[in-house]
Amino acid sequence: MATHYLVKRFGQAVLTLVATVTLSFFLYHAMPGSPAESLKNVILSQAATGGTTVDIERLNQLVALYTNVQPDQPLYVQFYQYFSSIILEQDLGTSIYESKPVTTLIFERIPWSMFISVYAMVIGYSLSILIGAVMAFKEKSRFDSVSSSILIALNSIPYYIVGILLIYFLAIQNSWFPYGGRVSSSVTAGFNIPFMQSIVYHAALPVLSMSMLGLGGALTMRGNSVRILGEDYLRVAQLRGLRDSRIATQYVGRNAILPMYTQFMIGIAGIFSSAVIVEQIFSYPGVGLLMYSAIQTQDYPLLMGSLIMFTTVTVIAIFIADITYGFVDPRISAGGDNE
Amino acid sequence: MSNQEPDDKVDLEELFNSSGGHEPTPLKERLKRTADLTLVAPARVALTDWRAVVGTVILFGFFIAGTVGVMLVDRPTSGDAPILAQPFENPNYILGTDTFGQPIGAQLIHATPDMFKMIFAGAVVSVGLAALVGLLSGFMRGTAVDTVLMSVTDVVITIPGLPLVIVLMAIFAPENPYIVGVLLGLDNWPGLARTVRSQVLSIREESYVEASRIMGLSTGTILRRDLLGQLMPYITINSALASRRIIFESVGLYFLGILPFTTFNWGVLMNLAYKGGALTRPEMLHWLVFPMVTIFLMSFGLVLFSQGMDSVFNVRLRARHASTTKNDGGAGDA
Repeated sequence: MATHYLVKRFGQAVLTLVATVTLSFFLYHAMPGSPAESLKNVILSQAATGGTTVDIERLNQLVALYTNVQPDQPLYVQFYQYFSSIILEQDLGTSIYESKPVTTLIFERIPWSMFISVYAMVIGYSLSILIGAVMAFKEKSRFDSVSSSILIALNSIPYYIVGILLIYFLAIQNSWFPYGGRVSSSVTAGFNIPFMQSIVYHAALPVLSMSMLGLGGALTMRGNSVRILGEDYLRVAQLRGLRDSRIATQYVGRNAILPMYTQFMIGIAGIFSSAVIVEQIFSYPGVGLLMYSAIQTQDYPLLMGSLIMFTTVTVIAIFIADITYGFVDPRISAGGDNE
Repeated sequence: MSNQEPDDKVDLEELFNSSGGHEPTPLKERLKRTADLTLVAPARVALTDWRAVVGTVILFGFFIAGTVGVMLVDRPTSGDAPILAQPFENPNYILGTDTFGQPIGAQLIHATPDMFKMIFAGAVVSVGLAALVGLLSGFMRGTAVDTVLMSVTDVVITIPGLPLVIVLMAIFAPENPYIVGVLLGLDNWPGLARTVRSQVLSIREESYVEASRIMGLSTGTILRRDLLGQLMPYITINSALASRRIIFESVGLYFLGILPFTTFNWGVLMNLAYKGGALTRPEMLHWLVFPMVTIFLMSFGLVLFSQGMDSVFNVRLRARHASTTKNDGGAGDA
């Protein structure tokens, strides 16, 4: 049964990737004007500024080179070529502006985006579980009401405004943190302490502002825990004389966190998404900033490549979460479908 | 035995013909009861919950600003006022002005109607799609329709929303606020669709829905009578939360400069101020701060409203506040 569950989740992951690649192919065609017409215009205007002329055949070749879509072929052939070059050759096309393969550009940046996103996720979720649990144990206390109000207020502030406020108070007014970039230019890159310190130092504010997205979970955690604290089996556990720590983790914690798993999985996509805005505010050179500059320069291959890459990373992260979910919740791998 | 049968029949007829002896409830009374149960009682519950009151007041304030305010305050143009006037100094432009001499307060007000249009379009699309998909697949559990709908839902959940929306915006560059709202709503529905589906699955097992099915009521009638009422709380609360998300995303996209700057928008104000270096120039700070406060206020209003609705939809609370129900609290004096 467990393998059946994994196969199903894997199929889902593959389906998502196929859907995204298909979507990006059709978006090339949905661009205002005929297929890849706008791309031709971009190439033409570049050629004009460079003082060269381009004939139609050369233009089609260029479009094919950049996007893997050959505009003079029938639609299904185009789709097949586009699809196979992405899946089989891992070729996302060539950036028009930088004249480098899109995959090269993205793979340079992706560790940095992963770095801040994963830490934001871990910090945000652990904090929200911790705060929610404490609020539930101290239900109706002053701590409970004060932190509820603070959480509701924080829920109403977009994470990018939190980012701006952090820059203003911690980087500009007090200069405790740098307000942009990913590493100080004065340290030498490599496996040494100052370099790593500098990376952490630069990532602190982006991570903090992105982790705000996870904090909404605290109120859910509080609600779940309060409900479980009233259950009969908890009273039985207490009467059996189990240790408080065991009751808190095995009985309350586990049952309160499990229903939030789906919320967390949706949150993974949300946090990877938020990188686009946060990286722009902190001028943190990750994939999000790459995507932003692709829009400014109308670099469509790079834009589509970033979308496919963002989806791939999210799909992998969610697949990992799915596998672990099977371990944490035995009901799931047993094939139950009553969510 | 055979002698008793007619007696039984008479008894049964009398039993079921109970309305014959009563005066039928007059229309006026019935209308009054309906109004009491659907409007007055929820309003009374809402009044006891400070979150609902504050949330409604804030949202109503924005509504006034977006309708009456737009008529009262002139559309700002460059050079209306001195450049970078500080806030709270001149009553004509109480929130100060920007580097083009446009009053900031007037810009905030004139951005409100478009904001409402975006929220409306986005909330209708996301909540409508979610309710449709959730209801359908919940009711057709186990069929091919359910499988297909849930696969599509899972695919849309997984595709990161913001990069997808950014690609769509970059390609189509929409200027109409309704279209912006629809595009933002497109990646917003799957979470609610799953909630609706699981609600449908659990409500289906309830005995009264089972009873309706045994009585031979059509699926449509059951949906309308039994399910929609139960789902309304989720749908209302999630509309408020979807609206908040649409505000966040649209303002974020205007702030990044991805959406075309054709209208007034809080995000456009923030973008211009931020790009102008408002963080390091104290004389420009108000240009950045007031849009941020506005966004906070509106989403705070929506969050409070959604939480207040939680108690309004609580049936027991509502019954206690209704004056036409007999046995619970309210003395039938109305």
